[in-house]
Amino acid sequence: MAKNLTPKTTILDAKQMARIIRRMAGEIVERNRDLPHLLLAGIRTRGVPLAEAIAAEIERMEGQKIPVGVLDITLYRDDLSTVGPQPLVKGTRLPRSIDDCVVVLCDDVLYTGRTVRAALDELVDFGRPKAVQLAVLIDRGHRELPIQADFVGKKVPTAQSEIIEVSFQSTDGAEQVRILERGASG
Amino acid sequence: MTPETMQRKDLLGIAELSPAEIELILDTAESFREVGERAIKKVPTLRGRTVINLFFEASTRTRSSFEIAEKRLSADNVNFSTSGSALEKGESLIDTALNLQAMAPDLVVIRHGHPGVPHMLAKRIKAGVINAGDGAHEHPTQALLDAYTIRRHKGRLAGLKVAIIGDIEHSRVVRSNVHLLTKMGARVTVGGPRTLMPVAMAAMGVEVAYTLEDALRDADVIMMLRVQLERQGRMSFPSVREYFQLFGLTTARLAAAKEDVIIMHPGPMNRGVEIASEVADGPYSVILEQVAHGVSVRMAVLYLLSGSYGEAA
Amino acid sequence: MARLLIRGGRVIDPSQDLDGSFDVLIEDGCVAKIDGRIEPAKGAETFDASGLVVAPGLIDIHVHLREPGQEYKETVRTGTMAAAAGGFTAVACMANTEPVNDNRSITEHILLEARRHGYARVYPIGAVSKGLEGQELAEIGEMVRAGAKAVSDDGKPVMNAELMRRALLYAQHFGIPVIQHAEDLNLTGPGVMHEGEWSTRLGLPGIPGAAEDVMVARDLILTEDTRGRYHVAHLSTARSLEMVRRARAEGIAATCEAAPHHLILTDEEVARSGFSTNAKMKPPLRSERDRAALVNGLADGTIDCIASDHAPHHADEKDVQFNLAPFGILGLETTLSLCLDRLVRPGILSLRRLVELLSTGPARVLNLPGGTLKPGSPADVTVFHPDEEVTIRAAAFRSRSRNTPFDGWKLRGRPVATFLEGRRIEV
Repeated sequence: MAKNLTPKTTILDAKQMARIIRRMAGEIVERNRDLPHLLLAGIRTRGVPLAEAIAAEIERMEGQKIPVGVLDITLYRDDLSTVGPQPLVKGTRLPRSIDDCVVVLCDDVLYTGRTVRAALDELVDFGRPKAVQLAVLIDRGHRELPIQADFVGKKVPTAQSEIIEVSFQSTDGAEQVRILERGASG
Repeated sequence: MTPETMQRKDLLGIAELSPAEIELILDTAESFREVGERAIKKVPTLRGRTVINLFFEASTRTRSSFEIAEKRLSADNVNFSTSGSALEKGESLIDTALNLQAMAPDLVVIRHGHPGVPHMLAKRIKAGVINAGDGAHEHPTQALLDAYTIRRHKGRLAGLKVAIIGDIEHSRVVRSNVHLLTKMGARVTVGGPRTLMPVAMAAMGVEVAYTLEDALRDADVIMMLRVQLERQGRMSFPSVREYFQLFGLTTARLAAAKEDVIIMHPGPMNRGVEIASEVADGPYSVILEQVAHGVSVRMAVLYLLSGSYGEAA
Repeated sequence: MARLLIRGGRVIDPSQDLDGSFDVLIEDGCVAKIDGRIEPAKGAETFDASGLVVAPGLIDIHVHLREPGQEYKETVRTGTMAAAAGGFTAVACMANTEPVNDNRSITEHILLEARRHGYARVYPIGAVSKGLEGQELAEIGEMVRAGAKAVSDDGKPVMNAELMRRALLYAQHFGIPVIQHAEDLNLTGPGVMHEGEWSTRLGLPGIPGAAEDVMVARDLILTEDTRGRYHVAHLSTARSLEMVRRARAEGIAATCEAAPHHLILTDEEVARSGFSTNAKMKPPLRSERDRAALVNGLADGTIDCIASDHAPHHADEKDVQFNLAPFGILGLETTLSLCLDRLVRPGILSLRRLVELLSTGPARVLNLPGGTLKPGSPADVTVFHPDEEVTIRAAAFRSRSRNTPFDGWKLRGRPVATFLEGRRIEV
């Protein structure tokens, strides 16, 4: 963990996370009747385990395997010249053509909306999807662009000084969501 | 362990890169290879940036590879080549550099016939300088795309036996490759006529062979270099025919190498001089692949050098 | 005509086997007396040399003053000013000017300029061949009568063996040595630095050590046959040094000089400096093995003198890519400090041996008056501090040019003053 970040609260534990993801999967199925033309695209890094978890739930519910893609939006970021040395690019992998598909973008936290904007730009370079929907585990507010999620796990109002930390088993060894505070502990 | 970032203004040679930086470039090139497989082979990453290609030496291959790489990154590029420009009218290198600086490019790609020219330029301009070949000194992006190609076929670089054959004395490709391959743990043997072998070659950490068979023995990778006998001018080799007899790569002579050897060449090839057509077009050759990988690798280099890192140029 | 008392210094004069605390009395421009304590006469000028070394004026026998013809690089005036600033009271200047110094008029012109505007004595070295073309002998006798002290085509070698042989024979009529810039140009080819590990790494064409050695070998044979006097300019390889050593043991009249940069730097400097053209000169910086052998040659007496090969070039000329830059670096204003810091301080040479190499030796090689403070000799004196720290600053050089690889070097030891015939030379 980075310095100067102190845990404040645990918003979701593993059980609560699993329940929410199950609910989101249900909502996605409800809205998208045409499952064979559905694609989940996880935005690196933690949008990926979210997309995989949702796909697993859909398979459990409907017996249908939904393809999961990985989007690395680094090359589409709008802040590259200011962050410092170029960030590491880990690569994009889409398992099938997205033309005429419904693509559900998955990300762990929706905040300013810039990541999603970059992901939309990247998707458009791959083809012409029938529709793009957005599924996020946590919506923490503070939007800087006109972007809204179609499927939200939990809305959590936050202060700018706070950080939402989402952990998945595959990436972090635990399943939970916590709020962390910037600044030294007492 | 791959570092997360590249903290350099310029890419002047492989000699100063760490193995970790080399891994970073090769891994990043992987992502750019994927971009090259899309229908729309373009990412907006270097949008609004200006890259100047300064080619004092004629070059179709390297220059177009850089141009495509730059365009795929959405950069604006401008090309200066020797014919008909001030470069030819005797403008000094320093003046060229100062004029370039005044145009405030973000990156400059330079190829020149004299070693050290990219270094001179890098000291004088704020833009990052990429060495696209300086005399017989280095050609870093060539070595990187060669390494990328080898890695794709062999899965690794460490422990491989690589043979590089040809006019070692005048080749920048050999020097860059020797630096890179030895840094990454490969074993390199250079082979060629004694008259084209630098006296102190072994000091670079390679084995030196004077016959084709000795050089090729058990090789996993063979790199053939272009031999330009007309350029020698210093009585190094009597004729193209003798060169081919002694060092030309034919299918028969490949027998000494490993079964799954791959054949590489930086191009352009002199068919029938250093390499027989049957080999160049044969099943072991990955020569055309090298060209494709050149674009990905150059995109990776352009991308990694275009960050800011708080260093005053 | 000057009268001066230099007091309290450590006087080192190998020609008199002197090394101790003495006062030096100068009268009428000559050394009058050297003694433990000399009382200054009433109203006499004194110079306080306490803590300093007092030596016979240093002489640099390999300098390019660039006049006539290349005054934008250096002139007799600026070059001798640089000499004085560096602690030298005399220089010998090479003939590769424009026009070449291959006749009496140019020799006289240089001497006239030196008399009028010089800050040090100038001894011209005339050309061996007309126009430095290596075809016909120049008018050596005329030049010597005008004041030349040796002949050399330096800048270029005398490639033609027959011409060298004739020069070695002819020069004997005038009692002067033939100085050779030993380089077989065919072996050099397009070379721009020493052929070795570093030229291989940098991809720069190399100048093999053999280019110097084959010439020295040839010339030593010719010197033996002709019984002439031969001097190797800027000797740079271990092998040439060994050949000179052996030749001398056999009674052949061969002498040689080494330049400070060959004693201190190696070919690695080209890489270390990032292709700096201040690492480019002829002969090139050689391998560590060569450098170490040269340093040994200083101590064991094989090398007769240190000479800087001061070769000024304008900044515009040097500020180009390595392949295209002219060969040569400055030397007058760095030689003494470099030698004190890198040869005396680490104990490789004694101060006495250094004075021999910079004064007694050069005077002997060219048969010059000087290199001694024997009573009666002209009072050319160099005073220096053996230990004081100095930072080399090329921007402050008296030379018109700035091409030195030693800019910024912190060294211990520096020149303090020079005197010509007892007169302090102010720079």
